[in-house]
Amino acid sequence: MTDLTKLSLKETRDGLRAKQFSSVEVTSAYLGAIDGANQSLNAYICVEGEGAKKQAQISDEKLASGNGGALEGVPLGIKDLFATRGVHTQAASHILDGFLPEYESTVTSNLWDDGAVMLGKLNMDEFAMGSSNETSYFGPVVNPWRADGSSQNLVPGGSSGGSASAVSAWLCAGATATDTGGSIRQPAAFCGIVGIKPTYGRCSRWGVVAFASSLDQAGPLTRTVEDNAIMLTSMAGFDKKDSTSADLAVPDFAAAVERGVKGLTIGIPKEYRLDGMPDEIETLWQQGIAWLKEEGATVKDISLPHTKYALPAYYIVAPAEASSNLARYDGVKYGLRVAGKSIDEMYALTRAAGFGREVQRRVMIGTYVLSAGYYDAYYVRAQKVRTLIKQDFEKVFASGIDAILTPATPSAAFGIGDKEMAADPVKMYLNDIFTVTVNMAGLPGIAVPAGMDKQGLPLALQLIGKPFDEETLFAAGRVIERSADLDLTPKSWWRK
Amino acid sequence: MSVDAKTVRRIGNLARIKIEENDLENYADELNVILGFVEQLNEVDVDGVEPMTSVTPMALRRRQDKVDAGGYADKIVANAPLSEDNFFMVPKVVE
Repeated sequence: MTDLTKLSLKETRDGLRAKQFSSVEVTSAYLGAIDGANQSLNAYICVEGEGAKKQAQISDEKLASGNGGALEGVPLGIKDLFATRGVHTQAASHILDGFLPEYESTVTSNLWDDGAVMLGKLNMDEFAMGSSNETSYFGPVVNPWRADGSSQNLVPGGSSGGSASAVSAWLCAGATATDTGGSIRQPAAFCGIVGIKPTYGRCSRWGVVAFASSLDQAGPLTRTVEDNAIMLTSMAGFDKKDSTSADLAVPDFAAAVERGVKGLTIGIPKEYRLDGMPDEIETLWQQGIAWLKEEGATVKDISLPHTKYALPAYYIVAPAEASSNLARYDGVKYGLRVAGKSIDEMYALTRAAGFGREVQRRVMIGTYVLSAGYYDAYYVRAQKVRTLIKQDFEKVFASGIDAILTPATPSAAFGIGDKEMAADPVKMYLNDIFTVTVNMAGLPGIAVPAGMDKQGLPLALQLIGKPFDEETLFAAGRVIERSADLDLTPKSWWRK
Repeated sequence: MSVDAKTVRRIGNLARIKIEENDLENYADELNVILGFVEQLNEVDVDGVEPMTSVTPMALRRRQDKVDAGGYADKIVANAPLSEDNFFMVPKVVE
């Protein structure tokens, strides 16, 4: 029998419908794969073996009677940021020790309504703050990819590092992820898979542990563009429980995947060409331009003049929102409590013990930029710069550009415990330099594998779209995927 | 603008995060790297620019001002480190 974990999400779905195999079989295959890999990769922080098998049995009954949903019986991994009723939900933080939600996030509810099976909860940077999945309370996640001839462990990117590692290593058919500054697209790029951050408002934020509410969006990580479109169709949708949820119909995204790019105008922003950017990133970008042209797209040089200010503005806006959102972790309502002589001392000791250094640093920065006397100089100024960043995109789209092509990351995956990045938080932040603009402007962005660097590690391109035009991104992303025609099979060094 | 140890102590107090005395200087250094990085925003001419309040053009939806959920205090306190009779328990606040 073929290895069921090696099928795409679409092949899994179709095989289940055609009764070529059962959900119990494919679920068991994934649970076996997780068992053999997790010690090396640390992608899952909670495996729900019994629950998954139970869900799979119910799916098999539905499939037998022809009542299966859009993802009936398909096993998925869920980022630890999504509240799952009665199941481990800690945002990979110590401060949420033992938290078992009494409710289910809207995005995961949508997936279960469509018949998906939950394999377990996936590791991530603590509270989604990080670009390497090294800030997790549960330890770093390892990238299934290694440089040619090397045994050095690489980071999977972050914050959705567990999701990306699990998808790339065939430990789930697809995974949920979230993206506040690049946390879907950067790990997708590092692990050679596909990730979309949908338009702000496309997926409900209800039941997703909040980091920076005006930037957070959920999206899927999958092995192919088509899988990504299928999974987003199930995740997305209006939700009255999220006041910023967009009251729009969800298209069948998969129907747009083979639409091609003929007649589209693709913008190439000159500001994304950085000093000191590796030649292979520039070469990859030029290759992507050539592919889109060959398939009938028109390519135009464009300018997004405020690009360089997106990352510094982000590091005011995101920590400011985080410091407010994380105020709820006080040792009273849930999770960790460290006793103190007074209630104030209890708060301060609990938060010092419960939050890791990166989270504390961001809460501190956020508290500072919102404090009396600094609010206008930092926070209001950053929100004005954010307006300018959004206007840059609006002008470009108004001039007839349908989508924008950029590199996804300034490099391939780097080593775990990189000394330079550990010593300088800003160096780590620069990982998101190409992705963060998209969050600041609330736009959709997709990362698609497009090539390999000279060490044999995957590299990706990013496409940025107009608000609520994810369909164009899937169509253009598919052209990149088809043209690149890469073998995205990491060597299975992690198997027991 | 940069922060010193005294400011870090004050921010830590506002953020309700206990910072050890011997860590204040390290913290100041780390925060100053980030504050130094965001300093470049001062180059941008923001005269007459409205600060962003919503990333997508939308009016906040409203709902009827009536109770449509509740009656499950036991669920609300289910994850509390300490609770009694569906109340959260905290150290004594009022003398």
